[in-house]
Amino acid sequence: MWLCNSSIGRKVVMSVTGLALILFLTFHGSMNLVALFSKEGYNMICEFLGANWYAVAATLALAGLAVLHILYAFWLTLQNYRARGKDRYAVTDTPKKVEWASQNMLALGVVIVLGLALHLFNFWYNMMFAELIHQPMMGGIHAADGYGYIAQTFSNPVYVVLYVIWLLALWFHLTHGFWSAIQTLGWNGKVWFNRWHIISVVYSTVLVLMFLVVVAKFALCGAC
Amino acid sequence: MDKNISFKLRYWRQNGPKDKGHFDEREMKDIPGDTSFLEMLDILNEELVSEGKEPFVFDHDCREGICGMCSLYINGTPHGKTERGATTCQLYMRKFKDGDTITVEPWRSAGFPVIKDCMVDRTAFDKIIQAGGYVTARTGQPQDANAILIPKQDADEAMDCASCIGCGACVAACKNGSAMLFVSSKVSQLALLPQGRPEAARRAKAMVAKMDELGFGNCTNTRACEAVCPKCESIANIARLNREFIAAKLND
Repeated sequence: MWLCNSSIGRKVVMSVTGLALILFLTFHGSMNLVALFSKEGYNMICEFLGANWYAVAATLALAGLAVLHILYAFWLTLQNYRARGKDRYAVTDTPKKVEWASQNMLALGVVIVLGLALHLFNFWYNMMFAELIHQPMMGGIHAADGYGYIAQTFSNPVYVVLYVIWLLALWFHLTHGFWSAIQTLGWNGKVWFNRWHIISVVYSTVLVLMFLVVVAKFALCGAC
Repeated sequence: MDKNISFKLRYWRQNGPKDKGHFDEREMKDIPGDTSFLEMLDILNEELVSEGKEPFVFDHDCREGICGMCSLYINGTPHGKTERGATTCQLYMRKFKDGDTITVEPWRSAGFPVIKDCMVDRTAFDKIIQAGGYVTARTGQPQDANAILIPKQDADEAMDCASCIGCGACVAACKNGSAMLFVSSKVSQLALLPQGRPEAARRAKAMVAKMDELGFGNCTNTRACEAVCPKCESIANIARLNREFIAAKLND
């Protein structure tokens, strides 16, 4: 199967799963923005995406994508480490056009996974999981009260700092990951390179700001 | 006439692929600025030979930037900090300062085992070309220039891709030891021309399969290869190879 046993095939899996995860983040970020102006509206979305069969199925599919992306990342990195040979250069001078993020995608990915674990603990565990095990009050607030969980989480400055670090790592990861995925799928060329590069930076910035603005609002003025 | 410089040279010594290897050091005195880097190494070897020591081994051939034999990693950059579009042989000592320390290493990659000192075995590239980097039809005599019409833009692009000299600087610079810039340039030089189209799918699959088999890494688009390529090959070639390969696999 070429998606496993060829280098370009393995990269295609990384690209497609990565782009699908970016699409998910776009939906997630858009829904979060509702919490800025309507508690009822946001909680309606939370109820819609509670322990319903379609939401659970979508969550499983999403988890599958993330797991595939992470497993392939470790697999590719291990192969690349071996391909580098046993000796390392005594002196290295990285060219200016090589972006820092492009050389540290796995490290950034690990930070993102750690942030994701915290995020699932803060929200998913108390919301969808609580409903699935029929204990809607497990987290102290009703499982469908997503707005309440946002306010509770970001009233703690430690979580605010951790989420900002997490989102920053995500920004770096996406500024390289987005155009790199397009490049791997072959939709690139001399003219489109700069265009995709700018689209990647702008899209990643807007996406991360969509999340950051919610964190900032609840950190600075709570549920006001 | 450039002024003379003196510097400390650290050069890699290794007796074959299994040897551990180490750096030797030597103070080089009064080297004229218009000496090429390889001429400077000739001076080093003359000194070593006159002292009854074994000369330092490095690859070189045409010494005019077209053969692709030079392969030195100088102060952390493949081919050193030459003018854009030049190989080690086109690097001159005027690029360095008096009192500098210059570190010379071989290409370090699992795909390029060290033969001795800074000479590495790059037959892996020949094997990739043998896997499909050619047109199988006998081309015969040169045809009339207008017999097959090719847009000037395509002809120029194909020529740019064909200017890859297969030196391996892309692999040396890549943190993943990936040979994608080389393979994509060699696939592109034929894929862009009508003569190369009939076998384009087979060629892309065969060359990528050979590249993977020989232990080169997976491209992660860091662009280090493009930054150091002495022939200014673009990663647009890599996108083209990806396109060719994915289309070929989907059509299987």
